Amino acid sequence: MTALLDDPDPLIPAASTTSENGKRGGGGGLLRYIIIRFLLIIPTVFILVTVVFFLMRSTGDPITAAQGGRLPPDELARRIHEAGYDQPLFVQYLQYLGQIFTGNFGTTFSDHQQVTTVLVTYGAATLELAFYALIVAFIVGIPLGMLAAYFRDKGWDAALRIFAILCYATPVFFAGLLLKLIFSVWLGWLPVSGRASIGDELTMQSLPHPTGIYLIDAFQTGDPAVVGDVLAHAVLPGIALGFLTAGVFLRLVRTNVISTLSTDYVSSGRSRGVSEFRLVRKHAYRPALIPIITVMGLQIALLLGGAVLTETTFEWKGLGFQLAQYLQARDYVAVQGIVAMLAVIVAITNFIVDVIAALIDPRVRY
Amino acid sequence: MATTSAMALVVPRKRSLLERLPIVHQVRQSVGVQRGMLVTGLVITAVFVIVAVFAPLIAPYGFAQLHGANGKDFGSQQPPSPEHIWGTTVGGYDVFSRVIWGAQTAASVIIVAIVLSIFAGVLLGLVSGYLGGWIDRVLVVVCDAIYAFPTLLLAIVMSIVISGGQSQVWGGILAAAISITVVYIPQYFRVIRAEAVRIKSEAYVESAKVVGASTGRIMFKHVFRNSTRTLPLIFTLNASEAILTLAGLGFLGFGIEPSSASEWGYDLNKAIADVTSGIWWTALYPGLAIVLVVLGITLVGESMNDLADPRLRGRRAVAATAGETADISVVPGGPNEAPGGLESLEPGAGIEEEGIEVRE
Repeated sequence: MTALLDDPDPLIPAASTTSENGKRGGGGGLLRYIIIRFLLIIPTVFILVTVVFFLMRSTGDPITAAQGGRLPPDELARRIHEAGYDQPLFVQYLQYLGQIFTGNFGTTFSDHQQVTTVLVTYGAATLELAFYALIVAFIVGIPLGMLAAYFRDKGWDAALRIFAILCYATPVFFAGLLLKLIFSVWLGWLPVSGRASIGDELTMQSLPHPTGIYLIDAFQTGDPAVVGDVLAHAVLPGIALGFLTAGVFLRLVRTNVISTLSTDYVSSGRSRGVSEFRLVRKHAYRPALIPIITVMGLQIALLLGGAVLTETTFEWKGLGFQLAQYLQARDYVAVQGIVAMLAVIVAITNFIVDVIAALIDPRVRY
Repeated sequence: MATTSAMALVVPRKRSLLERLPIVHQVRQSVGVQRGMLVTGLVITAVFVIVAVFAPLIAPYGFAQLHGANGKDFGSQQPPSPEHIWGTTVGGYDVFSRVIWGAQTAASVIIVAIVLSIFAGVLLGLVSGYLGGWIDRVLVVVCDAIYAFPTLLLAIVMSIVISGGQSQVWGGILAAAISITVVYIPQYFRVIRAEAVRIKSEAYVESAKVVGASTGRIMFKHVFRNSTRTLPLIFTLNASEAILTLAGLGFLGFGIEPSSASEWGYDLNKAIADVTSGIWWTALYPGLAIVLVVLGITLVGESMNDLADPRLRGRRAVAATAGETADISVVPGGPNEAPGGLESLEPGAGIEEEGIEVRE
C-alpha cells in the first residue's frame, strides 16, 4: 500500500478505465455507480479468498501443521481423512467456497470455536481501538496539515513534514513500547496494558446487554469511575495507532491545501484582500478534505494491519491479538478464516467509503 | 511546442555524466528546506548502507554470541556498561552488536525483496499494459484486490506458506524477502501498466510496428525503456515500507530466528516484557534503528517525489501556474535565469515550469 503517495486515485481504479463508457451511456448517475461498485465487491472477495486458500493449502493440511510431531502417523491420517483434507484440492476448494457462501468460515483448531464467533467476540474491541485511533488521527493530522500548508517551505513546514514522516517511520509497536515505558512505567499515569481493570471488566460483562465495546458498556454501568478506567486504558493504544494515520492525514491535507491555494477562486479571494490565514482556514480547507475520505479506504487496511501489532503490544484483546495467538499456535484454519473475513470487511468498508466519496464529489462515477 | 525549440537554443551543451546521475541531479535541482531534507535523508541512508556492509567490523560481538572471549556469559538484561555499551537482552545477547547486525539483515531483505518485486511487477505490468485483452483485465482485478488488502496480513500468509512447512530449506532472509515481495508486486504492476498503456499509442511505437519489429522487441526496447521513469521513486518508498513490514513480521514471531540472523522486529518483541519492568535499553535501540533508517530512506523518496512533481517543487511551483506568461516572456536564445542556474534544469522538462525566475 502506498500510504506515502499523495494519490487518492488507487481507490477508484475502475472508474478511470470505464468512465468514458459511463459518460457515453448517458449519465447513469449515482444509483448506477453504487450498484456497479457493490457488484465489484464480489470478485474482490472471491479473488482474495481464493488466493489465501491456495496459498495456505500449498504448505500442506492444517492438521499436520498443528499436530505434526505430536500424533502417531495412523492417528494423524485418520484425522486428516475425517476432516476431508485428503480429498483433491479442487474439491476442498469448492467445499470451502460453499461454506463461505453460507457464512461459515470454519472452526478454529486450538479452541474449537466458530471463526464467526471469534469475530463477534473480539471484533468489537478492534472496532473500538480503530475508532480511538481515527479520532486521534483527525485531531492531530488535519489542523497540523493546514498549519504546514500555511507555513509552506518555512521552518515550521519542514518540522511538521518531518513529524509526519516520523509518524510513518515509527513502527506502531515501537511507539507503543516507548509510550508504555514513559507514561506507564516511569510516570505511572496510565495503565500498562489491557482494555480495563479486571474488576471493571467483570462488572461490564455482567451487564444485561454487553456490547463488547467497552466505552458503551462503561456508560451503561453509569459509574464514572468505570468510564474513566476504560478511557485511561484506551489513551496509549489509541495514540500509538492514531499517530500512524495522523501522519498520512497531515501530508494529505498539506498537499491538497497547497494545490487548492493556487486555484482561481482562492486567487480571487486573495486579490480582494482576504488574509492568507483566512484563505487556508475558510477557502482552501474544505475541498482539501475530500481526498481524505477517498484515502480512508486504504487507511482501513493500514489500520487493520497496525491493529494486529498494537493489540499485541498492549495485550488489547481484539481480533489482531487473537490472530497473533492463533499464529503462535499454528492454528491455520483460524488464521485462514480470520484473514478471509478481514478481506470481506476491507472490501465492504472500501465500498462504503467509495459511496461516500461519490456522494460528496459528483465527478466520481462510472 | 515553443518550449522545446527554446530549450534547443538555450541548452546546447551536453551535461557531464556526474550531473546526469539521478541523485546528484536532484541535489542540484533542490533548494532551501527541500535540499536540507534530501541531504539529511541521503546521509542517513549512506550511514545505514555503510553499517550494513561493514557490520562484521563494527560490531564488537556476533549476533548470536552469548559469551565473551574469556568464556564468561554476558548475562541477561545487563544495563549498559563499558563492555556492552547498550546493555544485553533477555536472551543474553549484546544489544549494540545485534542492532549493527540487524542493519545487514534489513539491507539484504530490502535488496532481495525489491529486485524480485521489480522483476515480477515490471514484467506483469508490461504484458498487461501492452498486450491488453483478457490477461490485462484479470491481472488488474487481481492486483487491485491484493492492493487493498492489509500488507502485513498478506506478508504473514506468505511467510506461513514459505517457511511454515519446513523452515530449514529456505534461509530466513530469503523467506522474509519473498513474503514482502508479493505485497509490492501490485504497486510496480500498476505503475508500469499505466505507463505501458500510455506509451503504446506513441508514434515511435506505431512506427516500430510498421517497420515490422516483433512484439517482444517493442515491449522491451521501446515500451520498457520509456516506462521506467517513476521506478526509482516507488523503489525508495517501498524500501522503507519493506523495513517496516519485515519488523512487523519479526514482531509477530514470523521473522528470522535469533541464531540465524539479527532482526530488529524480533528483538522488539522480546523487549515487550522488559519494558513493563522498566528495562529500556532492549527496546530503545533496535526501535530507534528502524525509525532512523525508515526516516532516511523516506526523506530521499519524499524529496525525489516533490522534485518530480511540479505542483510540489518548492517555490518554483508558482512558475508552473504562470506557464502561459512564461512562454510569451521568454525570448528564445535571450537571457534566461533559473534559481539554481540553468545547468540544473532537466532538458526537455519544460522551461515554463522551472526556467523562469519567480518573484513573489
